[in-house]
Amino acid sequence: MNASSTLVTSRPDRSLTVTDRVARGLGWFSLALGAAEILAPGRLGRALGLEGKERLLQAYGGREIGAGVWALSDTPAPAIWARVAGDLVDLATLAAGLRGADDEQKRNNLVALAAVGGITLVDLLTALSLTAEQSERRGDTGRDYSDRSGFPRGVEQARGLAGQQAVPVDFQVTATAERREEALEPA
Amino acid sequence: MKALVWHGKQDIRHETVPDPAIEAPRDAIIKVTSCAICGSDLHLFHNCIPAMKPGDIVGHEMMGEVVETGSAVTNLRKGERVVIPFTINCDECDQCRRGNYSLCERSNRNGELADKVFGHRTAGLFGYTHLTGGYAGGQAEYLRVPFADSTHIKVPDGMTDEQALFLGDIFPTGWQAAIQADIQPTDTVAIWGAGPVGQMAIRSAILLGAKQVICIDRLPERLSMAEAGGAVPINFEDESVLERLNELTDNRGPDKCIDCVGLEAHASQHIDSMIDRVKQATLMESDRPHVLREMIYVCRGGGVLSIPGVYGGLVDKIPFGMAMNKGLTFRMGQTHVRRWTADLTRRIAEGQIDPSFVITHTAKLEEGPGMYRVFEQKQDSCIKVVLKPN
Ligand SMILES: NC(=O)c1ccc[n+]([C@@H]2O[C@H](COP(=O)([O-])OP(=O)(O)OC[C@H]3O[C@@H](n4cnc5c(N)ncnc54)[C@H](O)[C@@H]3O)[C@@H](O)[C@H]2O)c1
Ligand SMILES: [Zn+2]
Ligand SMILES: [Zn+2]
Repeated sequence: MNASSTLVTSRPDRSLTVTDRVARGLGWFSLALGAAEILAPGRLGRALGLEGKERLLQAYGGREIGAGVWALSDTPAPAIWARVAGDLVDLATLAAGLRGADDEQKRNNLVALAAVGGITLVDLLTALSLTAEQSERRGDTGRDYSDRSGFPRGVEQARGLAGQQAVPVDFQVTATAERREEALEPA
Repeated sequence: MKALVWHGKQDIRHETVPDPAIEAPRDAIIKVTSCAICGSDLHLFHNCIPAMKPGDIVGHEMMGEVVETGSAVTNLRKGERVVIPFTINCDECDQCRRGNYSLCERSNRNGELADKVFGHRTAGLFGYTHLTGGYAGGQAEYLRVPFADSTHIKVPDGMTDEQALFLGDIFPTGWQAAIQADIQPTDTVAIWGAGPVGQMAIRSAILLGAKQVICIDRLPERLSMAEAGGAVPINFEDESVLERLNELTDNRGPDKCIDCVGLEAHASQHIDSMIDRVKQATLMESDRPHVLREMIYVCRGGGVLSIPGVYGGLVDKIPFGMAMNKGLTFRMGQTHVRRWTADLTRRIAEGQIDPSFVITHTAKLEEGPGMYRVFEQKQDSCIKVVLKPN
């Protein structure tokens, strides 16, 4: 039993694992980046040699916001995988921006490529680790509880043992033919 | 002392906190010998219930030994073994006298806040939101019990912790769920959720003499336990709930439906539950009521929906017109634990039922935070976790 709790968290006295914390950090990062892409696509585009791609940047911003909200939920794994895919799209877009960029834009663009490359690695490791934790958790133990009736004398003996007298008057809400008959008879 | 402390979403830590002390004449302090993690704790863990504060001690299923009593507590002795019901009750107010202990009008010390938010206050609860008093919980070495002279269950000699512990919450919760359904010998009772509460509801429905009990979940190990208790299992990931229910009831639908799932219903194939997830993530809706919608749809006309599953706030797209036209009765609420204590304690003592069947994991209190994850993720076929502080 102790072994099972160490499966999911390196420190059993803390419920959040390091991976969980990194996933949340990535969630906030997504929100911030998404906001920048949506609110200042012009400036970003100029800096990176992606002029004329403002709409695209805003769409990417929407994607980041979605991934961010999801990454902050209690099931972040799919959001981090979505971020990995998004990172690859970002890398391709940046690389495309290198063509026809001036020197300063090239420098900015290379810095951005390196940064996104780094983030991609973090995303990938986090996604892999979340997925690994999950499959450990889901792991079919092959256990079944078909011997746990909870009735020391068996189910058949237990059926109806409490009878209807256990239901107090203030909980009787069902219309039954018997109750109707009783109600029709004068007291 | 050591306790499990809530710090935010999915963040529970085993920490040192100040020892509790007697604050009022009706208080008692107990040394906790066993406590459990409840499905309601998972709602707090996911931050789905409003008004938790970082630093709150969690846990509301606990038992132990009395170590200290206030001056007005005359019916408890030091060393006595007690289970503490999760609903704190004064036993004197109008609601308590009606048996509505979870609506006690005096035990919620944040009653004025609750009056504002809920219209009228509900009882104080241990280890729960500040809307229910923000009382320290029992996943700890020691617990202060307010109104202790009426908020305790004495454990009969010879009954183990494991047999008695669930008298404080899930056993009476499953029982009240079945009682609320007013089960008749001709009834088919459908129960959503094969978690600990669903398991207790199944056993209660059997004891109360239902003709047929059906249980709906997606986890095979939980369904195997449901079947062991006398229920027909439906795995909602493999089969259509509607079709199977119609098959099992000659197309009439279940007479009684019990929601033992609550506000975090899971339903990957249904578009409504995916929309709920998005709305919940973006704070447009607080609860995911897929099970409620399904129950309203499948229930036989004139039937009863019994809802022990916890809801926190707002739900969307409840087909209320359907419910109205089908003449359904809704009964729900936090459990009036004390109301069922004498009856259920006797049933355990007589060997009619042994609620310890539901325990799948036992661990030390310090391993509690990890066990929250195990229970949350249904890892290692986990159904019910018991923690041992001392
Ligand atoms: N009313 C009360 O006083 C009271 C007391 C205790 C617990 N509760 C509530 O009861 C509920 C269940 O508690 P638990 O400890 O059994 O929790 P749990 O989380 O272990 O069990 C919930 C079960 O519901 C299943 N489920 C999820 N979506 C479903 C769907 N769409 N259809 C069918 N099954 C589905 C899950 O697979 C899981 O097995 C929770 O909401 C909890 O807060 C209420
Ligand atoms: Zn509970
Ligand atoms: Zn009261």
